[in-house]
Amino acid sequence: MTPTPDIGAGRRALLHGWGRAAASAATVVEVDAGHLAAAVKDLPARGGIARGLGRSYGDPSQNAGGHVLRLRPTQGDVVIDEATGEVTVGAGASIDELLGIIVPRGYFIPVTPGTRYVTIGGAIASDIHGKNHHRDGSFGNHVTRMSVMLADTTIVEIGPERDPGLFWATVGGMGLTGVIIDATFRVIPIETSRITVETSRIDNLDDLMSRMSESDTRFRYSVAWLDLLARGRHLGRGVLANGDHSLRSDLDARDSNDPLTYSGRQVASVPPLVPPCGVINRVSVAGFNELWYRKAPRSRSGEVQTIPAYFHPLDLVGDWNRVYGRQGFLQYQFVVPFGAESALRTVIERLSAATLPIFLTVLKRFGAANPAPLSFPTAGWTLAVDIPARAHGLSELLAGLDQVVLDAGGRHYLAKDFHIAAASIRRGYPRLDEWQAVRDRVDPSGVWASDLSRRLDLTSRQT
Amino acid sequence: MQNALQEPQTIVLLGGTSEIGLAIVDELLSPSTRTVVLACRRPDDAQPERFERRQLSVAVERFDALETGSHDGLIRRLANDFGDLDVVVLAFGQLGSQADFNDDPAAAAELATVNYTGAVTASLAATAQMRRQGHGHLVVLSSVAGERGRASNFVYGSSKAGLDAFAQGLGDSLAGSGVKVTVIRPGFVHSKMTSGIKPAPFSATPQEVAKLAVAGIRSGRHTVWTPGILRYVFMILRHVPRGIFRRLPLG
Repeated sequence: MTPTPDIGAGRRALLHGWGRAAASAATVVEVDAGHLAAAVKDLPARGGIARGLGRSYGDPSQNAGGHVLRLRPTQGDVVIDEATGEVTVGAGASIDELLGIIVPRGYFIPVTPGTRYVTIGGAIASDIHGKNHHRDGSFGNHVTRMSVMLADTTIVEIGPERDPGLFWATVGGMGLTGVIIDATFRVIPIETSRITVETSRIDNLDDLMSRMSESDTRFRYSVAWLDLLARGRHLGRGVLANGDHSLRSDLDARDSNDPLTYSGRQVASVPPLVPPCGVINRVSVAGFNELWYRKAPRSRSGEVQTIPAYFHPLDLVGDWNRVYGRQGFLQYQFVVPFGAESALRTVIERLSAATLPIFLTVLKRFGAANPAPLSFPTAGWTLAVDIPARAHGLSELLAGLDQVVLDAGGRHYLAKDFHIAAASIRRGYPRLDEWQAVRDRVDPSGVWASDLSRRLDLTSRQT
Repeated sequence: MQNALQEPQTIVLLGGTSEIGLAIVDELLSPSTRTVVLACRRPDDAQPERFERRQLSVAVERFDALETGSHDGLIRRLANDFGDLDVVVLAFGQLGSQADFNDDPAAAAELATVNYTGAVTASLAATAQMRRQGHGHLVVLSSVAGERGRASNFVYGSSKAGLDAFAQGLGDSLAGSGVKVTVIRPGFVHSKMTSGIKPAPFSATPQEVAKLAVAGIRSGRHTVWTPGILRYVFMILRHVPRGIFRRLPLG
């Protein structure tokens, strides 16, 4: 196969997800939208998958032995439609770049995850959620149209009213229906670039959950950070941070002169030379969690924070994923429906009893699901936990937790998963067959493939 | 595909009746494992029922280390039938009896062919497939007998010395390819291959070897001594003067 000169020869590279576990080798092809068709025609038998900034935790943007397509961002190519309150942008652009452009103009992204280093294509493919899911739903809810290159290199325009089957199969479809080229989505008008935050420190799980249930309808943004190393009557203690976009009148005199100022900068970076065993252990993590809990005010309201401080605290330190050492880590994230609180409690109890070095975990209440068959969020409680992959006995622990979650009618997040058995994913996503039918229509020969799709048999129909 | 915990979905055991090999497969099994292939010279001797459980398919294939020309074809066929080969365990081998070889050089040649030449072709076939698929882990059963030739088993020992050097170099040649090679160096192992032989110091059961081997495989180590102390024992034994080494009661 002779590579087309325009798309470059591609280079063989070892790729891993944000969790840095289980890398695999693929040919990475950097391409801009204009030469995408040539790159798709060049895909080998093991197919291709689009990769954004590699922030999914597991293996969805790896394609061992095949090609990985990196769509170059079309810099500066952001169109803001003031009349409709919509933004159109290339799929390779990141939320970080986008915020730098739209925040000073008085708009905010409809959904942001805990990091702003994700691309718009990745945000749609994973149907990401944020601290406002209980009110605004996930990213796909706000997309009004997108253009997607299919396996046969045709470009289709799709939206909630235009081929809704393919649209919703692409939202949350992990890149397995085609390459998203650009998208249009609604943005949130804002008066200021600040968030007014109400913080409460709550020293046990029951109180925390009831506070979350009664308070989150009053706020656009709501999330709780839990210390899973706390035991006994302090099990599930945490800090609840509710927030809303600040109004101009909320700012002090100095800030209100420049209400839409925005700067996303990193203050530090973890060096590449971390010992192979990492620096995360029970002592370091217990110390950190204790300090973090004590530093939070028992109760404080009206505090004005910047967008990075409230939404993206982890982005302050670059490459923080290196702290877990050579074997990396995985993030265990699941949702269980409202009414299955006992399952959530069981998971928290087992994780706490396992005495793993677990850094802060995130607990959040989801609102209603959207129509996408593979979208993760659904009404209920979601918990996200970072666990070092080298932890002893992890396989048995996670297999047990998977059962608890699935028996309660819950499911796991494909953008985070890197351990589950294929059958468990089918249980959690009963509409997988429906999604596969759409995929078979647009990719009958199986051009799109990833380590995730192979590991979980996402693209082969089972009888 | 392997997951974040380095748990394979498809495991191929070359030497499908090897007790150490079977113990390693036992230890590698997880809820993610779907397929185990037992490849051996006499398929009738394989015991696939050992792995019977829900959602795990066990296949038995004919594999003869002496038929070096068939190895690449077999590996390609397995990949075609079962998908990506996540872990291939190379566990076949002959021990032989040193005393017999003096009168039967042809038997020594067969041992050398199985233990070294056959292992070379099987390893290269497996890693070529893993290169194509962009990931995979080859586990090679070497032996401490390859560390220094001894009067009591130098035909076996030299075959393992060759295999060990081959596998170490192979592993380095694959750096950056997504393919890993782990060499296991057991000491004396209680098994049917060694029944009737007086155990050497620091002996172990196949299960003990497997536990250490799989811990090493999961953490991505290139060499695993079982038990671990043998690494230090052989650091010394390698440098003991020949006249003394010859007289040591090492079995």
